[in-house]
Amino acid sequence: MGATAVAPRSHTLRHRRLLLLTVLLGAVCVTVVLSVTVGSRPVPPADAWQALTAPAGTESHIIVRSLRVPRTVLGVLAGLALGVAGALMQGHTRNPLADPGLLGVTQGAAFAMVASIILLGAQSLLAYIWFGLAGALIASVGVFALGMVGGRGGPTPVTLALAGTAVSAFLYALTSAIVLLDEQAMDVFRFWQAGSIAARGPDVVWQVLPFVVAGLVLAMVNAPGLNALSLGEDVARGLGQRIGLTRGVGVAAVTLLTGAAVAACGSLAFVGLIVPHLARSLSGTDHRWLLPYSGLIGVALLLLADVIGRVVAPPGELEVGVVLALLGAPFFVALVRRRKPVRL
Amino acid sequence: MRLQAAAVKLGYGERTVVDGLDLVVEPGTVTAIIGPNGCGKSTLLRALGRLLKPRGGEVLLDGKRIDRIPTREVAKVLGLLPQAPTAPEGLTVADLVVRGRHPHQTWYRQWSSDDEAAVSEALAMTGLADLAERPLDELSGGQRQRAWISMALAQGTDLLLLDEPTTFLDLAHQVEVLELVRRLHQAADRTIVMVLHDLNLAARYADRLVAMREGRVIIAGAPHEVLTEELLREVFELDAKVITDPVAGTPLVIPIGPHR
Repeated sequence: MGATAVAPRSHTLRHRRLLLLTVLLGAVCVTVVLSVTVGSRPVPPADAWQALTAPAGTESHIIVRSLRVPRTVLGVLAGLALGVAGALMQGHTRNPLADPGLLGVTQGAAFAMVASIILLGAQSLLAYIWFGLAGALIASVGVFALGMVGGRGGPTPVTLALAGTAVSAFLYALTSAIVLLDEQAMDVFRFWQAGSIAARGPDVVWQVLPFVVAGLVLAMVNAPGLNALSLGEDVARGLGQRIGLTRGVGVAAVTLLTGAAVAACGSLAFVGLIVPHLARSLSGTDHRWLLPYSGLIGVALLLLADVIGRVVAPPGELEVGVVLALLGAPFFVALVRRRKPVRL
Repeated sequence: MRLQAAAVKLGYGERTVVDGLDLVVEPGTVTAIIGPNGCGKSTLLRALGRLLKPRGGEVLLDGKRIDRIPTREVAKVLGLLPQAPTAPEGLTVADLVVRGRHPHQTWYRQWSSDDEAAVSEALAMTGLADLAERPLDELSGGQRQRAWISMALAQGTDLLLLDEPTTFLDLAHQVEVLELVRRLHQAADRTIVMVLHDLNLAARYADRLVAMREGRVIIAGAPHEVLTEELLREVFELDAKVITDPVAGTPLVIPIGPHR
């Protein structure tokens, strides 16, 4: 009885999950097309296609190739990174309100950027981003080390969250002090804080790509271990999972993904917080599916918000970070009100 | 002899809970560890399951120090269930039981026919096949505990450590879970060690009782050897009368009052 009861189940479930994955991929494709074609100067899809395959040097082709495509690719990378990092973070902390910034990554990036301006005289966007990445990594390692001191035999979700909050607050205070004193730092910080994927150029995409790819690989490697961990540390250890290693890989993945996204795009509120909830309602609690779903939904949401930002206030644009915050806040309230917060 | 504690010293932080304890788990038996609150029985079980590293002495699995065997290898022969485990909301019975296959999977090979068979068998054994698609939160306490045991079963180990598998359950569900434990033992000759609070149920469902007090084993043996009026006074500071359980023929403890 048991064998026949389970076998068809696992197959239909697998089919359903693959189907959903296809639907999400389709949604991503639609938003990618929108992102390449919609804007203050609309480009018909056929023309955009021609710009990619047989560029003729027309104005619309130049716009597509030098502005829209890098912007879209960066949106894809940031959406993937923040969606997956959010799901990892909520899984590791077993806290439905955790977001990828919890490890001090966002504030670490912000502080390193403004510090590089006043201390080292950094000038270019590429330089800021390198410092942002470095700041994100250092802050996260610091938080992990601090969290280790508090926990018995390795950092626990609680010590990590406490250390992350403390380090974030400290770095935020330092950042505020610097931007109050230095005008150039203030300008960069304001530009960065709004959160945008526009005007970054292909070099920024190449700069963050390896970090995002490495982070995604680590995240997928982490998924089965995270499934075990979600049953509690004792059960996970009983199942032969090495807790410290699993947490370390998870933190490394979150750091790479979030660090790359925030260094390149600034703070993009709510993506890492909301997307995993949406993904979980489709995938259930299995991280092997939850992580890819979160990544794809992150891309669709980020690109959609960016496209909305281009058309709501012509002739100007609203930064994607602002649109996300405006859309995200009520959405999040609705999410919390509709169902009681999920226990992870 | 598969699992053994030799002169183990156990504790948390500054506190030493168990000091110099020896215990041999006889293969193919159901052992229940009993003792008053705080006597170190759960601590001992955690050490046997390599959740807690001894400060002195050693825990041996098949003659080898358990902390020197890769933890995944241990997980293929020894399964454990902590006290009152919690699962993420919405997790179904089948999802939970599937996770018991974790030690047998690698990240590139996530599912095999062995896994399939083990999960089906575990669900059938615990009588949960019909509830496989139900979320854990919707089940009764007894069913939920059976689901967790089912996960440990799917792990496919000969040795099972259960920490108070009947906590928070009413009497009927306690019996339901312990009947399952007995079936597991009888069907596949599994070796089971559990921490139990209820002495009468422990006497009925275990072959061997281990009575602990203040971090030491006072006596270990068959229920009728261990559960005596004298031992209850010494270990539990309880005046009691011990009669024969009219149903199972095992010792039955009738408490009289605290021993003064």
